[in-house]
Amino acid sequence: MNDAVTSDETMIVSAARALRDGAVCFVGIGKPSTAANLALRTHAPNLVLIYESGTLGAKPDRLPLSIGDGVLADTADAVIGIPEVFNYWLQAGRVDVGFLGGAQLDRFANINTTVIGSYDDPTVRLPGAGGAPEIAASCGEVLIVMRQSRRSFVERVDFVTSFGFGRGAGERERLGLRGRGPVKVITDLGILEPDPETRELTLTAVHPGVSIEDVRDATGWPLRVHAELATTEPPSKHELGVLRELVATLQPASAQSIGSTA
Amino acid sequence: MRARITTLSDAVAELVHDGDTVALEGFTHLIPMAAGREIIRQGRRGLTLVRMTPDIVYDQLIGAGCASKLIFSWGGNPGVGSLHRFRDAIENAWPGPLDVEEHSHAGMANRYAAAASGLPFAVLRGYSGTDLVEHTPSIKTITCPFTGEQLAAVSALDIDTTIIHAQQADRAGNVQLWGLIGIQKEAVLAARRSLITVEEVVDELQPQPGALVLPSWTVTAIAEVPGGAHPSYAHGYSERDNAYYRDWDAISRDRDRFGEWLRTDVLEAAAS
Repeated sequence: MNDAVTSDETMIVSAARALRDGAVCFVGIGKPSTAANLALRTHAPNLVLIYESGTLGAKPDRLPLSIGDGVLADTADAVIGIPEVFNYWLQAGRVDVGFLGGAQLDRFANINTTVIGSYDDPTVRLPGAGGAPEIAASCGEVLIVMRQSRRSFVERVDFVTSFGFGRGAGERERLGLRGRGPVKVITDLGILEPDPETRELTLTAVHPGVSIEDVRDATGWPLRVHAELATTEPPSKHELGVLRELVATLQPASAQSIGSTA
Repeated sequence: MRARITTLSDAVAELVHDGDTVALEGFTHLIPMAAGREIIRQGRRGLTLVRMTPDIVYDQLIGAGCASKLIFSWGGNPGVGSLHRFRDAIENAWPGPLDVEEHSHAGMANRYAAAASGLPFAVLRGYSGTDLVEHTPSIKTITCPFTGEQLAAVSALDIDTTIIHAQQADRAGNVQLWGLIGIQKEAVLAARRSLITVEEVVDELQPQPGALVLPSWTVTAIAEVPGGAHPSYAHGYSERDNAYYRDWDAISRDRDRFGEWLRTDVLEAAAS
């Protein structure tokens, strides 16, 4: 085992720490699933994992390779159909926290997973919405996990697939959205949080060894920095050990998926 | 009328016609892959394909030129990345233009449920603040007649034929599937006709925990196609072939390589 901590590992550990014990968590594959399973095995043994494929309370003994992985159904408290997932559980407000990522994120935490360029003649056609728009609207709160770069952290997204704060304060309330929306954006460089007044994403923590300039260089808008900027507590030996054990449960050819967006 | 037990090629010939609206469903599990290849083999054209997650099965149908329109909510290769034939069709109109009608999962699930319920539309809290509303005519806003609240309305899907894969049917044509049950019940009940490929036809269905049973009179035709969900899987029968999903990335990325796959693995391969 290489002891040097990677920036992706710090990102996953930071995301895991943001999950409180006992919360009901809507999980997607990739980094969110890794973070949620890490939290389940460290500080949050009572975390409830819901995968959109229809498993309530999944307790996989290895990292699932897709949201349809049979290990999720085998270990779940209940297996339910898709309309139930979205209507009875997500829409009705039974999910505390949802994880999202995307190709583009803007300064008001709106997310694009639909197209780069224009909708009718896109430069890049992305996968689309999936469960994200309603996760963004209806979960008690949303955690966003994605790598930070000028290409992905943009002034304004090309397409609003999932609504963060629109163009600022008051928009979620005007639309009648029930969830609080994004509370943290956890990246490989640090953590951004919406300003309590304006809802603009503001840098509140940097990971060890990362400077404010590093983060500004990777942000496509003039990034505000919180007056009391924190430095992330480095991943502990225990967190790292559990994380690396988890990642090792993936098949060799997909072991790099800790760093992929699935 | 009870379901008929027939062959895959006869069932596709009878139930899928040029220009039809067809749904091949199965949310990450029990995806009717063999039926998709049979539709390609029979050269269907102008299909409107409906599916929440187009997955490899629609990447193949789109690349083979069977589809003129796609109604969907998430078009990626799960756990791997892009669907390259889907992207090539939308970005470059290859092998032909592809219209898209795009929703969220919640919207698609409700569109199936509305059709299964015999309703013209479904209502949900959804799409608020998203750009999908302005690009997708089958999303509208509706006012609740009781509370005055603004909600989203989505039109019911209008499907000619739904195809799913299941673990078992009995000889009377009753179908049982279990594990992740996805959207299969709603998709079958939403359509005018249905075809269900199964791992095996058994004398008597053995009840399974959490199973979904579709009585024979809700199904049009059944075909026994062992392994018909590969590279997805059938809970209790097979494992998901994750390596195939990764290999598909390279096969589908290149038009020539995809064409070679089409020739050797579909057109020259016997119907399974």
